[in-house]
Amino acid sequence: MSFPLLTATALVPALGAVATAAVPAAQRAAAKWVALGFSLVTLALAAVVLVRFDPGGAHFQLTESHPWIKDFGVRYELGVDGIAVALIALTAVLIPFIILAGWHDADPLEGARPNRRWRPTQGFFALILMVEAMVVISFEATDVFLFYIFFEAMLIPMYFLIGGFGDRAGGRSEEETATQRSYAAVKFLLYNLAGGLIMLAAVVGLYAVTADQLGTGTFSLQEIVQARTGGHLDMATSTERLLFLGFFFAFAVKAPLWPLHTWLPNAMGESTAPVAVLITAVVDKVGTFAMLRFCLQLFPEASKWATPAILILALISIIYGALLAIGQRDIKRLIAYASISHFGFIILGIFAMTTQGQGGATLYMVNHGVSTAALMLVAGFLITRRGSRLIADYGGVQKVAPVLAGTFLIGGLATLSLPGLAPFISEFLVLVGTFSRYPVFGVIATVGIVLAALYVLILYQRTMTGPVKDEVRSMPDLRVRELVVVAPLIALLIFLGVYPKPLADIVNPAVDHTMSVVDKKDPKPDHPVTDAGWFSYSPKSEGASHGGAQHEGAHHNGAHHDGASGGAK
Amino acid sequence: MTHAATVHSLWTTAAAAPDKIPSPHVEYGQLSPTLIVLGAAIVGVLVEAFIPRRQRYVAQLFVSVVALAAAFAAVIGLAAGGYGTSKARVAAMGAIAVDGPALFLQGTILLVALVAVFTFAERRLDPVVHGNRVDSFAAQAAAVPGGDAEKAAVKAGFTTTEVFPLVLFAVGGMLVFPSANDLLTLFVALEVFSLPLYILCALARRQRTLSQEAAVKYFLLGAFSSAFLLFGIALLYGYAGTVSYSGIADVVDGQVRNVTPALAGTMGNDALLLIGGAMVLMGLLFKIGAVPFHMWTPDVYQGAPTPVTGFMAAATKVAAFGALLRLLYVVLPGLRWDWRPVMWGVAIVTMLGGAIVAVTQTDVKRLLAYSSIAHAGFILAGVIATTPDGISSVLFYLAAYSFVTLGAFAVVTLVRDAGGEATHLSKWAGLGRRSPLVAAVFAVFLLAFAGIPLTSGFAGKFAVFKAAADGGAGPLVVIGVISSAIAAFFYIRVIVLMFFSEPRTDGPSVAVPSPLTSSAIAIGVAVTLVLGVAPQYFLDLASQAGVFVR
Repeated sequence: MSFPLLTATALVPALGAVATAAVPAAQRAAAKWVALGFSLVTLALAAVVLVRFDPGGAHFQLTESHPWIKDFGVRYELGVDGIAVALIALTAVLIPFIILAGWHDADPLEGARPNRRWRPTQGFFALILMVEAMVVISFEATDVFLFYIFFEAMLIPMYFLIGGFGDRAGGRSEEETATQRSYAAVKFLLYNLAGGLIMLAAVVGLYAVTADQLGTGTFSLQEIVQARTGGHLDMATSTERLLFLGFFFAFAVKAPLWPLHTWLPNAMGESTAPVAVLITAVVDKVGTFAMLRFCLQLFPEASKWATPAILILALISIIYGALLAIGQRDIKRLIAYASISHFGFIILGIFAMTTQGQGGATLYMVNHGVSTAALMLVAGFLITRRGSRLIADYGGVQKVAPVLAGTFLIGGLATLSLPGLAPFISEFLVLVGTFSRYPVFGVIATVGIVLAALYVLILYQRTMTGPVKDEVRSMPDLRVRELVVVAPLIALLIFLGVYPKPLADIVNPAVDHTMSVVDKKDPKPDHPVTDAGWFSYSPKSEGASHGGAQHEGAHHNGAHHDGASGGAK
Repeated sequence: MTHAATVHSLWTTAAAAPDKIPSPHVEYGQLSPTLIVLGAAIVGVLVEAFIPRRQRYVAQLFVSVVALAAAFAAVIGLAAGGYGTSKARVAAMGAIAVDGPALFLQGTILLVALVAVFTFAERRLDPVVHGNRVDSFAAQAAAVPGGDAEKAAVKAGFTTTEVFPLVLFAVGGMLVFPSANDLLTLFVALEVFSLPLYILCALARRQRTLSQEAAVKYFLLGAFSSAFLLFGIALLYGYAGTVSYSGIADVVDGQVRNVTPALAGTMGNDALLLIGGAMVLMGLLFKIGAVPFHMWTPDVYQGAPTPVTGFMAAATKVAAFGALLRLLYVVLPGLRWDWRPVMWGVAIVTMLGGAIVAVTQTDVKRLLAYSSIAHAGFILAGVIATTPDGISSVLFYLAAYSFVTLGAFAVVTLVRDAGGEATHLSKWAGLGRRSPLVAAVFAVFLLAFAGIPLTSGFAGKFAVFKAAADGGAGPLVVIGVISSAIAAFFYIRVIVLMFFSEPRTDGPSVAVPSPLTSSAIAIGVAVTLVLGVAPQYFLDLASQAGVFVR
């Protein structure tokens, strides 16, 4: 048996969590280094996964499969496609930065009574690693039940991270902060738990359907997809729709999609900046990822049936999130609403059912993760310095702390999808993909970009420019630790913005596969393009195999066609 | 079905005047678990009578633990001997069934009782009184609360070591209850385990009047439900002319045509069957604590000494669900179309009622009581499936649930202030800061109750929901997940309270228990996690045990 690489990638952070939690109370600094060490080992493993993954190979690679709970038809089945590899890489990259950024977030308060048994610092970093382990395994699981278990279990460490380690810079009394924080944590948990339990009913239903039609119940994604294409499994239309809705509900809460989004601003506002990044850049990606992997592949017909409604909800998310972001007075809540707007784009891309749309949505997940991390972490540094989350409390920071202001600006520009930075490409692809099938939706969605420019620039203008406020005058610039966190993220944003091909190459075949399962073809363009589109995103000919290897050469001519892009932007 | 008619029953001969009563043939080997426990209970009574007061505690503890372990070994022996599967049979002249479900449930009850005895024997939690270590039970049960006799008994260092034989008697009844194969044995078993429980409930050392009130309520309502059960049995006898399970089932199926002359007026009268069946069901649903027969649960759970509550909540439920399963699957399968709609209704109101009312509770023990009601509803969803999967899922759920319950109540005994156990939820605020380990353990139990994956609660819930969905009860599953979501709210609320609230300065402290309670809690946690992560072995066990003998 070969080395179980995927298991190891998920197991290392889990072991790291245990090791971190076991560090004695007095050695707080050691706990941080232990956590950082384990997250770096995970990063190395994720890099190995990335290298070993062959974009032209089988759909699911590095697979592992062991029986687990025979009675439930549950197998311990792991496997990654290009989308999963990209997201695992994102997770593994972000966690060390999150740990570094949160280096002092869980230190005991000044003058706190030392307590031998209460070890918040160890707990904080252990919980972060625990979340990483669960997120990684849910990206890897190809068994619906296995996925569900970690999708649900993930809530518990997240809940403690939000509720237990709040933002100390609220500018409010300790008691008020604690109340708000516990409210946010409970709201987070109840929304997601309700979504998860609805999904549980659908999971049970899926078992009943497979048990009924295949003889033995199964949760294996591959088996179900095969049985479906082979004609052995034929769900009744209403059953399929109900099951789809059960799954989609859970993922839409997690993603989050309007009108199920209201937990996100609370959770991100009350938690510390690194935890907020963990929520929006890492954990929420599981929701959109699962739409792509499970909703579309398990229930293709129902997905098509629900597409118009979901697209409308996604559009509302885009516009509504952006509008509310403009109106926020609190920096972190502003970023939260911006994220809601961006998740709208991701979901729009997924359900546009075009290769550009879905490929763009996958890239969007990665890019949004990196850009939000950059913006939010710098915002966190800013907030820690001033002790306030209110935009009105800042002004003229760029004169006092130019590096901080500069990095904040780059994070912000990435958020508004400036060309040259990574999110631009994904947003552009999502819009093109949507436009080719649903022109009206594509046009409306572009409003989101305009609004994004508005909220980012207003935020920058109000906090960084203008006369220097007195409270800000003595603000120190970024420290070395903080620079170590921010600089690589910005470098990554620029690299992926200029040269996205490696990432796109990994993602493309998986997207083609999903499209073929859903049995959707890209619509014929009204104005045929003679050459391949932007870096190899071209409408694929019918009958493309999952591998896509033979297409790679044909499309990689590196020609940057700007005609369409100029029009859409 | 076919061979069942040949089974003799002591009581069916009563109608036709017997010329001679045959000497009963009893398979002692197959009844050994019950006999060991009841025998040890009698030894325990003798210990009370003849051994000096100072040495009784150790002697009683020794007798109880050895007896329960030996009985468990006997169950394992029987199961290994194939009595759970191929050699399943009806023993003791048709009074007792020895089959898979019976052995599985007996094993569960014995393990639960063994762990519960550890919590009964705990003597480190209460402060030392007059130089004597004391447990959770009254110094002298007969002394009037607050009276001179009580003070004298406390001063003399009396302890109620009678609790050990009482528990053994209760366990003996519980072992028979799910394996009873005729209605009279069922009734006798019910009384044998109920009476000791009534007494145990009244024995709390602190808040004795509350405890006695709980016992009286439990006794009165219990007696009421026993009366229902007994009347139902009489009506069923009138209908079928027999009290043996297979005999009644045959009459229900219309396989028996010869009418007993003495019962010619009533035999085969469906009104008797329906009313009688409904009354017997009521008696069992009372013990399960299903809505609308749940009224006693919160008061009794709150008033009884916490170790007793834990034992009762876990073991009674196992025994009663076993009896209910056997009644519905062996006696009344022919009546499926009549009882299924009713049980649907009961399951729905039990799940929703328990979960909704629990939201407003402010006392940990009452909260757990209502949660146990909601869980009874989930288990009923599996009962309704009427498939072999249904049986095994219920067996698995019971095993999983009972250890979580035991563990949770054992943790409740640890959190104390000057007035004894601090069960009011407001006092639990900030417990996670003071004693992270205890709070974390309790959080694990709460998460298992809530059915979070990787705990036994999730595996059990999934098993019963799967069985229900397979058995055509899809809507029940939906209502089940909705009430799970409601229930999750109050479990989470307790976790919030423990971890995210500031500790109160006058808050309770966590007593350091002896190895007895520690091991009870540790076993609870271990079972919760093992059944959550690797449930396959136990699911196999449950599904092998999933066939009733007739």
